[in-house]
Amino acid sequence: MFSYIIRRLLYTVPIVFGVMLITFLLFNIVRGDITDQIAGKEASAETRAEIKKEYGLDKPLFFNTEHKVFSKQFWDSQFFNHLLAAATFDFGYSYNDREAIWDKIKRGAGPSLALTAPMLVGEVSISIILALVVAYFRGRWIDNLTVLICIVGMSLPFLSFILFGQYFLAFKWGLFPVYFWPDLSVWQYTLLPTFIGIAAGLGSNLRFYRAVMLDELGNDYVRTAFAKGLSPAKVLFKHVLKNAMIPIITQVVLAIPFLFLGSLLLERFFGIPGLGYLMIDAIGARDFKVINAMVYISAILFVVFNLITDICYAIVDPRISFK
Amino acid sequence: MNTDNKNILLEVDDLSTHFFTEEGVVKSVQKISFDVEKGKTFAIVGESGCGKSVTALSIMRLIPEPPGKITNGKIMFGGKDLRSLAEKQMRKVRGNEIAMIFQEPMTSLNPVFTVGEQIVEAIKLHQKKTDKQAWELAVDVLDKVGIADPQQRVHEYPHQVSGGMRQRVMIAMAISCQPSLLIADEPTTALDVTIQAQIMDLLDDLQYRLGMSILLITHDLGIVGQRSDNVAVMYASRIAEKCATKELFKNTLHPYSQGLLRSRPKLGMNKDRLETIEGSVPEPLKFPDGCKFHPRCPLGRDDRRCQTVEPGLREVVPGHLVACWKCPGYGD
Repeated sequence: MFSYIIRRLLYTVPIVFGVMLITFLLFNIVRGDITDQIAGKEASAETRAEIKKEYGLDKPLFFNTEHKVFSKQFWDSQFFNHLLAAATFDFGYSYNDREAIWDKIKRGAGPSLALTAPMLVGEVSISIILALVVAYFRGRWIDNLTVLICIVGMSLPFLSFILFGQYFLAFKWGLFPVYFWPDLSVWQYTLLPTFIGIAAGLGSNLRFYRAVMLDELGNDYVRTAFAKGLSPAKVLFKHVLKNAMIPIITQVVLAIPFLFLGSLLLERFFGIPGLGYLMIDAIGARDFKVINAMVYISAILFVVFNLITDICYAIVDPRISFK
Repeated sequence: MNTDNKNILLEVDDLSTHFFTEEGVVKSVQKISFDVEKGKTFAIVGESGCGKSVTALSIMRLIPEPPGKITNGKIMFGGKDLRSLAEKQMRKVRGNEIAMIFQEPMTSLNPVFTVGEQIVEAIKLHQKKTDKQAWELAVDVLDKVGIADPQQRVHEYPHQVSGGMRQRVMIAMAISCQPSLLIADEPTTALDVTIQAQIMDLLDDLQYRLGMSILLITHDLGIVGQRSDNVAVMYASRIAEKCATKELFKNTLHPYSQGLLRSRPKLGMNKDRLETIEGSVPEPLKFPDGCKFHPRCPLGRDDRRCQTVEPGLREVVPGHLVACWKCPGYGD
């Protein structure tokens, strides 16, 4: 197992390298001249040169032909510095407010995770429990009604959930704060957005897990379990659930990297100073240093959690082994 | 038959099970009656789709509902009316007093639990045993069903054991609570011929040692002949003929049973082709009027009565019941 993990980690190197190459190229194409952004249009040529030097933009992109030795040509280039920064997780400073990007991310991660982690846990557990129950009662009214509600929920845009919750639950009825305020505890300002997120995602999640459970319920081992004299609850929550773990893990573990990105819409609407908010701000302000850091961290997380998914498979299913 | 008979363990009387589908009502089992005696084997034989598995599942009350439903009949088991039992009471019967093994040993065990975990689960459900005692009993029953090295096997997963072994595990699980009735639904169909004989020998041996009754569901007349005491031949959701097994082979009365027996290969037979029964099994939604076998029946194909009136089971010879207008002694 250990050698399997090492090998899988090595596989990730080219993937991460590819992500960095693509983002580097794309940002160089769309970024334009950052000196305009930092010093304004009227800045003198000296100021511009100084800024470029500060951010390492005075060097060539890939190969510095000032040097004779090939390796040195590569080492003294923008791309190599880009790789080096990524490898050491040193993302530098924002173009706009010159704050260290790590500080921004650290500040935003708390509120974002406080919102998205309970959202994922709540959504997954509620939809799995409901899915097991309605799958067991398939074809009866409770199943039909649930499917109908799911389809309605899926058809409504996410925004309508936000607007409804914010207007009625927070503004009209005053059950929750309408907007983030520094005096509020994390619990207070994330509670309503969490509920809204769960409600909005429940339809599609429940339908997905219902299909998974129906698939499992058709298997012969379910009949054997009932023939033993087990209660439906035991059959569902022990036998069926453990067999359904593969699709569940795929769905859940790969959703975890996105928790880090926060929820763009919810954070924006409720003014939560999380990473989603940070990302939207950075995009609006063309703060490419921040965008680059976020994209890179997301890519790394995604690759790592992909590996974790595969390891989990082998833990829940004895038929899968590490090779 | 005599309902007061103390030797009768299971009495199925006038059982009907229907499935209410969008295409119509599928009458999978219609008005069938039979008794299983204590310590004896009763076989139900018939082609695929004739309703024999549905009969077995009806006794266990494991028919998926909806769309299925037991619409009529009485199922008396050891003095209990199974149809009127509350679901909770029924659960105490399942796996404990009536155990069941299935056709597909490859898929009937749960792939993510070890063999031992699955047997122990059944034991702990029905018997007051500590974990340690239950595991010891699991090893013990695995040993009883002829699994070598049970101490080791008990910790293996189903995919690590072969098909024949898995059926042995199923049997071990079934007998772990010493049921008085074992329903074996095509227990050997999915297995190699040599393994088939081993499994049937095992069932015989266990029946002898534990004194349990077996309801054997099969399409294999060879197995019926060797392993059962009494037999019912089912055709298109009804019983066509019911008698002692020896009697069936000696004095076959129903044209369908005769056809089945004729279409078996026999040792020393010198023929290019096996005999077959003409035509095919009718679809459940398109059962013919009258006797359901008449379109394929050499005797009744052109008979007005066979085409229009369905014959019921009648005792033609003492202990030998048949549903056929053409059978000598059946009467009008």
